[in-house]
This record gives sequence, structure tokens and C-alpha cells, in this order.
Amino acid sequence: MDFLTTHAPALIVALPLLAAFAIPLVSRAGHSARSIFSLAVLGATASLVAILAVDVYSTGIRVYTFGATLPEMALPAGYTVPVRIMFQVDGMSMFMGIVITTVALAAMLYSLQFLKGQSGQPRFYSLMMLLYVGMMGLAFTGDMFNMFVFLELASIAGTGLAAYRTGMADAVEGGFKYIVISAVSALMVLFAIGLLYSQYNVLSIAALAHYMEYSMLDMMALGLLAGAFVMKLAGVPLHMWAPDTYTVAPAGTTPMILAASYTSMYALYRVTFTLYGGHIDTAAIGWIVIIVGVLSMFIGVMMAVHQTDIKRMMAYHAISQGGYMLLGVGVGLAVLADPVALASYGRDAINGGVFHIINHVFYKALLFMTAEAIFFRIGTRDTNKMGGLARNMKWTTLFYGIGALAISGIPPFNGFASKLLIYQTVLNFSPVLSAIAMFVSLVTLASFAKVFYAAFTGPEMPAYREVREVPRSMLIGMGILAACVVFFGLFPGLIVDTIVAPATEALINQTGYIDAVMGAVP
Amino acid sequence: MEQVLLNFPFVAAVLLMGIALYIIVFKRNLIKLVMGVAILSSAINLFLVSLGYRVGGVAPIYTDVPEGPMVLPVPQALTLTNIVIGVAVLALMLTLVVHIYRHTGDIDAEKSRILKG
Repeated sequence: MDFLTTHAPALIVALPLLAAFAIPLVSRAGHSARSIFSLAVLGATASLVAILAVDVYSTGIRVYTFGATLPEMALPAGYTVPVRIMFQVDGMSMFMGIVITTVALAAMLYSLQFLKGQSGQPRFYSLMMLLYVGMMGLAFTGDMFNMFVFLELASIAGTGLAAYRTGMADAVEGGFKYIVISAVSALMVLFAIGLLYSQYNVLSIAALAHYMEYSMLDMMALGLLAGAFVMKLAGVPLHMWAPDTYTVAPAGTTPMILAASYTSMYALYRVTFTLYGGHIDTAAIGWIVIIVGVLSMFIGVMMAVHQTDIKRMMAYHAISQGGYMLLGVGVGLAVLADPVALASYGRDAINGGVFHIINHVFYKALLFMTAEAIFFRIGTRDTNKMGGLARNMKWTTLFYGIGALAISGIPPFNGFASKLLIYQTVLNFSPVLSAIAMFVSLVTLASFAKVFYAAFTGPEMPAYREVREVPRSMLIGMGILAACVVFFGLFPGLIVDTIVAPATEALINQTGYIDAVMGAVP
Repeated sequence: MEQVLLNFPFVAAVLLMGIALYIIVFKRNLIKLVMGVAILSSAINLFLVSLGYRVGGVAPIYTDVPEGPMVLPVPQALTLTNIVIGVAVLALMLTLVVHIYRHTGDIDAEKSRILKG
């Protein structure tokens, strides 16, 4: 047990990484062997995440140095700079870890039967594992260059998954767009890393933050990093790839790619709060984040309303909901330098923005899965060709309903909890922004209600008389997410206290992150 | 004069980046777009290697260090990693371009485009 607790950060990444390359071998023993193996590895990793989470929430930030005599030894004896690669797991990293692991489990379960009878399955599961490793590594790493490597790993695996159905022309196009923006943004990140390294000769985030002088080159690096991560998280005006990629990816993987976008959002927060915190003009940067957030919210929802492709509509809503997260955290960032405002509403605004990440990933993953369940049975994503599906697909209808109400911010579902937190706190900061946020929620509700009536209600269509409910593993995958959506909506206080508040604290507490590595340096 | 010469690789790297971004944004041929990404990757490799260069330095491979400065090893490690990743990304991109060509019979970004709106 002690061994597991000590080495959990490394094992969480190592185990799925090894499994990814073992899966093609295991597949030779048959389909069920591969399914059991993949689920077992992911289950074991999930329990490691749970062990690490208990540890991080009770004892605080964890540093894991690779190749050191003791994993806690961030600095080698006699050194004043960290020279080894390390993982640094604080509340925010752990929060992302929990989000990613839950989504990965649900996506894996869903995919088991979704893919039945299709070719190339061994590679599909390998890529799922690699994408999972890329995201977890990105969330846990405390090293800039490591961040770049995991970003690229997630991008390559994500592209493979988005373009998985190479027989379809649109799938290949969506995958190509994803790899182009991923490659360009990752190279921007690498250029920024070069700029930072040229001045401070270190790569550790904590050490860089410790030595940060905020010179002209650092400003350039900040611009490059922020631009790259906004592009990866599909913030307007750099969102063009997202509808295409989310639409064409097979259902089990769309939530994974969505989670990858929010891992980039995590990287953006890590850079602005931890790496540059205390040096940048937080009010100005906060306003930039708010403006990107409001633009994403508004343009995303306006583009979503008139879509006839059900997944494309949901993809535009994903952009729009991303705006809420940026709005919440942006408000917190804007008042970071003002202790009074931070205590009265800034902290809660960040809570709302962070809480919305987990809520949105859950209900949007659920919605994408219901959309793909429809596609699985009737072979079209066009809402104009659907109708009366509620008669034969009762569970899918129920899950769609839960997701649609949650995304529109209707109580008692989880979307309401985080949106209320955002409305209330943003109201203190600027009533206009709060009004925009509520208006966007209304349009969201209208848009989802429209699709609900088009697809599920109405007279039975002769073509779909024989349509049956989707297989059980797909229902279980959706069921896990639906249960989370309802649970989080019923007990928002519990969730905020246990996992969201530590994440917010970790973002604000920059010195804690630095001291975990550089604390011993005079 | 020596200062100018020492800064020359950085100027070249920035010029290459500009060319690459121009290609990525404005060229419609998908193969050219892939080439743009390749040039961007090389430009950043050039930038990283020139960061670690020291005039008259020795290669960072000795345990028994000779006199004089040593070239920084870390940027070289970064470059090596980026070259490997770059190869993987370019191969993947070219694979997708081949698939796009098979499906649509064209590699022009506008003509082969299906997803719109």
C-alpha cells in the first residue's frame, strides 16, 4: 500500500502506456480477452488515481521526481536547481485526473459493443490508452518540456481516434484538421519553451516561476503559450476545427477528445496562474480570458441553433459551454490582485469555472453518446430525417433528456449547480456578463428542445419501426455518466468542497506550487 | 561583427517560421500545408540548437571534461525529441492526405472540403 501511494503518480502514467503496446498482442487471444484486459488496466489505473487523490487531498501537493534516490527529492543533494524530470500533483492536477479517468472508463465501456464487428479494433484500444496517458501526463507534469511531449502524444492519439473511420471522407477531414492545429500549437509551445529556457536554463515549471523576471521574451512566450492553448481548447476565434473533429469522431472517443481540450484549458490556467502569476497584470489578462469566454459562449450557441447535424450542433454547444468555464476563471483572475474582491466573489467564480469543467465533460459526453447511439441504429446524424425514436429507444431518450436539461442549467441537474455559481459571482463583477451568460443558457435550452422534438417525439416513422435499443455496454457507459450528472446536481456542495475547492486553492496558491520544489533554496 | 554572425541562426529561424506560417495559412494545397508544418518544425529545431551553441564549445559527451566551454546538452535533447515527434506527426498528416485524395480525388483544401457550416 505504501509502495502504491508513493509511486502512484508514475504508475498512473506507466501502466496504461505499457498496456497500450500490449493490447495488440493480447488481441491475438480474442476479442473478449482484449476487452477484459483494457477494462482491467483502466480499472487498476482508476484505483491508483483514487489512492493518489486521497493522499493529495489529505497531505497536499505531491512531487514525484524520476530517477531520484527518493521520489520526494526534487533537488539532487548539493544542487539549487531541479535537473530531473518531475511530476507535480496538486489539487488542480488531481481534479483533472479524476475528470479524465471517469470519462475514459465510461468511454471504454461504451466502445466495447459500439465497435463490435469493425476492423482495426486493437489499434483503437491502443490509441484510447495513449490518449489517456497523454492527458494524464499533461495534467500531472511539473516540467514544461514534458508538457510538450504529452501534448503531442495526446494530439497524435486523438487524431488517430478522430479519423478512426477512415472509410468515411468526413472522418478523415476532421482528423486532418485536428492534427494541423495540434501540430502548429504544439510547435508554438515548444518555441515558447525555448524562449523560457534561453533565459533561465531550467525547464521545471516551479523553478521557472521562481526565477521569472517577466522580460520582453517572457511576454512573447506567454503570448505563444496562451495562443496555442486557446487554439487547442477551441476558444473563439480559434475554434474552427472543433465542430468538424467532434462531429466525425466515433462516439466513445468524442468525450475523450473533449476532455483533451479541457486538459489544454488546464495547461492555460497552469501557465497564467502558476508560471506567470504575480508578474502579469492579472486584471488585463483576466479581461482577455473573459472576452474569449464571452465570445465563445455567444458565437458557439448562435452557430449551434441552426445546425441540422445532431453531433455538429452538440460540438458548437461544447464551444459555447467552454466559454462559461473561461468566464468564471477569467473573473477570478481579474480580481486575483484584489484580496477583498477575491474573498467575496473571486474564489467562488473560479470554483464555478472549474466545477463547470467536470459537469460539462459529464453531460456533454453523455449527449455525444446518445447522438452516436442514434447514429448506431439509424445510420444518420441529420435531425430532419429522425422522428419518433422515443418509442423504441427509451433509455437513450431518457439519457438525452437528462443531458439536455443539465446543459441548459435546469435544476436538479449538475449544469444548474455550476452555472448558478457563475451567474452569482459574475453578477458582482459585471451584471452585463451575467445577463449574457443567462441568455446563452436560454438559447441552449431552445436548441436542445428543438432537437428533442425532432428526433424523439412525433409519429412513428415506418423506416424506424424495427429500430431497437442499443446494446447493454453502451447503456452502461451512458448510465455511469447520467448517474454522475444527477448525483453532482443533487449534492453540489459536497463535490465543490471535496474536489473543486482544493483545485481553486491550488490555482491561487502559487507559492505552494513553487515551494514544493524550490522551498529548500535560500 | 561576431555578434551579428552569432545572431544569424536566430534571424534565419524567425524567417523560416514566417514562411512556414504563411504557407500554413494561405496555401490551399494540402501537401504544401504539410510542408509548411515541416518547415515550422525545422525552424524551431534550428532555434533550439542555436540556443545551446557556445563559440568554440566541445560536444557535451565527456565525463573527463576538456578545457573550455561546452555546448549546452539540454537543447540538443529537446531538438532530438522534437525531430522524432515531428516525423511521427508528418507521417500521420501525409497518411490522412492520401486518404483525403482517395475519397475526394483532390488535395485542394477548398475543393476536397465536405464539412461546412
